[in-house]
Amino acid sequence: MTRPDSSGPPAGSPVDPHGRTVLSSNEIARGLRRIAHEILEHNKGAADLVLLGIPSRGVELAERLALILAEVEGCDPLPVGSLDITMHRDDLRHQPTRSPMRTVIPDCGVDDKIVVLVDDVLYSGRTIRAALDALADLGRPRAVRLAVLVDRGHRELPIRADHVGKNLPTSHSEKVQVRLRGHDGVEDVVRISGGN
Amino acid sequence: MPKHLISSADLDRGEVEVILETASSMHDVQRREVKKLPTLRGRTIINFFFEDSTRTRSSFEIAGKWMSADTINLSAKGSSTSKGESLRDSVQTINAMAVDALIIRHNQSGACHQVAGWVDASVINAGDGTHEHPTQALLDAYTLRSRIGDLDGKHVVIVGDLTHSRVFRSNVITLKTLGARVTVVAPPTLMPAGIGSWSAADGFATSWDLDEVLEGDDVPDAVMMLRVQRERMSGGFFPTPREYTVGYGLTRPRLKALLARNPRALVMHPGPMNRGLEISADAAESDASIVLDQVSSGLAVRMAVLYHLLAGEEVAS
Repeated sequence: MTRPDSSGPPAGSPVDPHGRTVLSSNEIARGLRRIAHEILEHNKGAADLVLLGIPSRGVELAERLALILAEVEGCDPLPVGSLDITMHRDDLRHQPTRSPMRTVIPDCGVDDKIVVLVDDVLYSGRTIRAALDALADLGRPRAVRLAVLVDRGHRELPIRADHVGKNLPTSHSEKVQVRLRGHDGVEDVVRISGGN
Repeated sequence: MPKHLISSADLDRGEVEVILETASSMHDVQRREVKKLPTLRGRTIINFFFEDSTRTRSSFEIAGKWMSADTINLSAKGSSTSKGESLRDSVQTINAMAVDALIIRHNQSGACHQVAGWVDASVINAGDGTHEHPTQALLDAYTLRSRIGDLDGKHVVIVGDLTHSRVFRSNVITLKTLGARVTVVAPPTLMPAGIGSWSAADGFATSWDLDEVLEGDDVPDAVMMLRVQRERMSGGFFPTPREYTVGYGLTRPRLKALLARNPRALVMHPGPMNRGLEISADAAESDASIVLDQVSSGLAVRMAVLYHLLAGEEVAS
């Protein structure tokens, strides 16, 4: 089975120096801005939107998206939370246990809201499957959408993203590394390394 | 993580902290409408209780159920034990049904350790005789941390029937693991034999005088009252209950004295309480008391323990 693509390496892990940059800090910022506009266009405004990031880097992306959305719409800050999927993974028996991270649901809840799940990399789709299960235990959103910074392909489940920062064709042997200012303390970057 | 949890000493500081961190996520689950996680789906957990229990057994059962494990309760009464089956035969019978975990409470110290050598399942000690009760120590540490933060350098006083207390033995280990300072107080008759060399080796203080400890320079951050375990006593440990209360009970004046010196001091009791004996009703009901928090923490902590011992890949024992 392929490596599951949740949570990724811990904060501040060094990037592979042999890799190449596929998204610079400016490109990431533009990608997020475009995603924000797409969300608003699709939703016809910011009403009922709730952003839930998948730890760890998805949370920072969700927070940034919320700021951009509020700025574009000129409305109050949008509700942002985090949705941990550790307890819902389908590969728990195949690796040592890891500590679950925090699930934080905004005060407004998720019932009858338009929930946008936010993650950094979409790969096998298993993380999102787990996130949908986790979300179902927390309430019943009116709709759930998925926004990712990078879609690297190789889905193993019938799942697709509604909003994608960049489609990145990769091979299984390559690694996609996302680093974010707040989470990793370095300049935003998406790099790709390994492969043949 | 170890495969079994027999003694609090099985866990190093990192492991204790991981469990307590996980417990705080599990605490959030407890407040949700749907209290169910799929994490242990398909796992079977047997609660085998050879001794009476309310909170430990029910919280292990609920913890297992909330994580989607199949949990089954067995007690000595009503099982083949009452027909004279030995412990070894009983647990091997259960083991033959391919269970994943055995949670055992037994009146003999060391029973869980023995069982761990007989079965393939993970064994979790839910109290063995006067030896240990590691999940109680974890939930006490969790409750304390949620009130006063990091336990490094905090002063915890444990008072009462030390000789018969597994809660005390596990708590001393876990509190030391987390860097707390511990003072234990008991009348000479209830002070375990040989505690002198143990306290010297593990670095905790002992005293026969509760008032001296409460009024000493080292102000307690928490006072843990232990239950006087009459069912394990065959008389002669103290002249009368009244006399025990006068010397070692957390009475109203003692609670007042404690709170006068540290208004944020906490009162703990592992339950069940003998009100009027080791703890007064005033102390048990006061704002300083976190007895009920200990119970609700028990669930979250036991979920965390089950998760880390059972959810991951197989560990070779």
